[in-house]
Amino acid sequence: MLASAQTSWFILRTCISERLTYRADFAFATLVRFLPIVTQVFLWSAVYAGNETQRLNGYTYRNMVAYALLVMVGRAFSSMPGLAAGIARDVRDGTIKKYLTQPVDMLAYLFWARVAHKLVYYVVATGPFVLVFYLCRGYFEQTPDLITIAAFAYALALAFLIGFLMECLIGFISFWFLEVSSLIFIFMMINYFLSGHMVPLDWLPGLFQRWPAVQEIARQTMTCLPFQYLAYVPASILLGKLQGHDLAWQLAVGTGWVVLLLAANRLVFNRGVRRYSAFGG
Amino acid sequence: MIAVDVRNLCKTYRVFRKQEGLWPSIKGLFHREHQPVHAVAGVSFQIERGEMVAFLGPNGAGKTTTLKLLAGLIYPTSGVATVLGYVPWQREIAYRRRFALVMGQKNQLWWDLPAQESFRLHKEIYRIDPTDFERRLDELTTLLEVKKLVGQPVRELSLGERMRMELIAALLHRPDVLLLDEPTIGLDVVSQRKVQDFLKQYQQEQRLTVLLTSHYMKDVQALCQRAIIINEGEIKHDGPLAQIVDRFSKFKVIELQFAGESLPGELDRFGEVFDVSFPRAKIRVPRNQVPEILSALLSAFPLEDVGVHDRPLEEAIAEMFTSTRATAPEPAAAVIP
Repeated sequence: MLASAQTSWFILRTCISERLTYRADFAFATLVRFLPIVTQVFLWSAVYAGNETQRLNGYTYRNMVAYALLVMVGRAFSSMPGLAAGIARDVRDGTIKKYLTQPVDMLAYLFWARVAHKLVYYVVATGPFVLVFYLCRGYFEQTPDLITIAAFAYALALAFLIGFLMECLIGFISFWFLEVSSLIFIFMMINYFLSGHMVPLDWLPGLFQRWPAVQEIARQTMTCLPFQYLAYVPASILLGKLQGHDLAWQLAVGTGWVVLLLAANRLVFNRGVRRYSAFGG
Repeated sequence: MIAVDVRNLCKTYRVFRKQEGLWPSIKGLFHREHQPVHAVAGVSFQIERGEMVAFLGPNGAGKTTTLKLLAGLIYPTSGVATVLGYVPWQREIAYRRRFALVMGQKNQLWWDLPAQESFRLHKEIYRIDPTDFERRLDELTTLLEVKKLVGQPVRELSLGERMRMELIAALLHRPDVLLLDEPTIGLDVVSQRKVQDFLKQYQQEQRLTVLLTSHYMKDVQALCQRAIIINEGEIKHDGPLAQIVDRFSKFKVIELQFAGESLPGELDRFGEVFDVSFPRAKIRVPRNQVPEILSALLSAFPLEDVGVHDRPLEEAIAEMFTSTRATAPEPAAAVIP
């Protein structure tokens, strides 16, 4: 157990060293990610046409900007740039052999590599995050209590785990189909809608308001899927839209998704390795 | 004691067969034709512990597929194999701690980090005792002459230096079995020699079991006593390396140094003349006619020096592969005057 923790620590340490190699590129990529929030503020300002008291689907202009800011935080945990494509590339060019021949669990290795990736990102991004939230503090209507903050932190951990496991699952599909870039594109598109990245999820069933039965099915489906944990759930918790029993249930379901996705990853990986043809010499 | 035991191992791939052109490409969207490729077809061999065996064959013969099977990277279609008592494709952690696979040009070191950091990671992954690790790292870096380079990012090393670092990474955990696939591919003569010398010394000291594939016969001749030759997925020869030339080469080479002013004519009466550079010339002659041809040459020309050589190993092996693919024409009998 201790030896395993020490191995994980070394993987983490080595991955951090590697992430810090190209400092300028990394810092630039991190800072550029803050630009979309500026466009979000202008976009919602135009949608609400300066009327701060108007409510759209239960959200005021200030709620919407606060939501967009919190989605940015959620995405900082759940987005996994290059993970699925990287696994597919490793399968295609044979680099994956190092995970298969060394006494190491590939999923755990990828996990610690991604933790390192995120940690370095947070170190660089913390300053800009604090500045943005300080400048935008007026958009938040209430100060969250300790339970809400704890639930938010747990939801961010779920966002990271679910995002990681979903991307790995897509990456492992490359054992069957060597090229998964279209699959990744479809996943990103669905993710954009169903994670609440584009608009809050409680807006989407409104698209089907002419057909109440469809609207109800859409609402039920969205609340069952794991995508909502990638952005919508953490943001809703801190905005106070999920509380009490609903909050506990939502977090429990999220935990269930982690277990389910982990089992699915193990299954797909084990079957994929059986199919593997060890390309690339 | 047997370290590697392979019996009737088969691996068949299903390969997409695409015809040339646009229309077959469009048709391929709806219906694809596949054909089986028997990469390894009923291969059997045993390797004793501490033995270093060359695994030879042309490209696509099934060498690397066999190594991948023994490394547990792929599953066989049929047959059995055990390495150190483990079934490789069950990929038990205990087995993975006891073997290493080095594939030339395939990097397992971190590209952007100094090799030192990859080595330390290996120490943790393989749970190597810290004192043992330091001692082994010192020993291996000294033997391979890369001590000063371990702190340099891998991407800044030459191919030869990188290969030596790969070997260190593969040997740090003291594996019992080493699977080496083209360890000297693309290396210059100096680096090739260093890797060869190291492997020879290390294997003898550690009694390591090694299965080596290489297209460089100098590697094979320097390192191995025994060779397994595979072609089209089947074993064609398993025995002492020295037997290969005797068994498969139908020719010998007579090297002549003439005493006269110019190269005499009609040399091609004796065999196939090649590599002519006055006063020297080489003649390829059928093995069973060497005494007669040599005697005829000595009586026909004034000679300063004569030598009879076996053909180089690579030529003998190439001849063997050619003769198994197509029915090679028998060499024309030389006309002995």
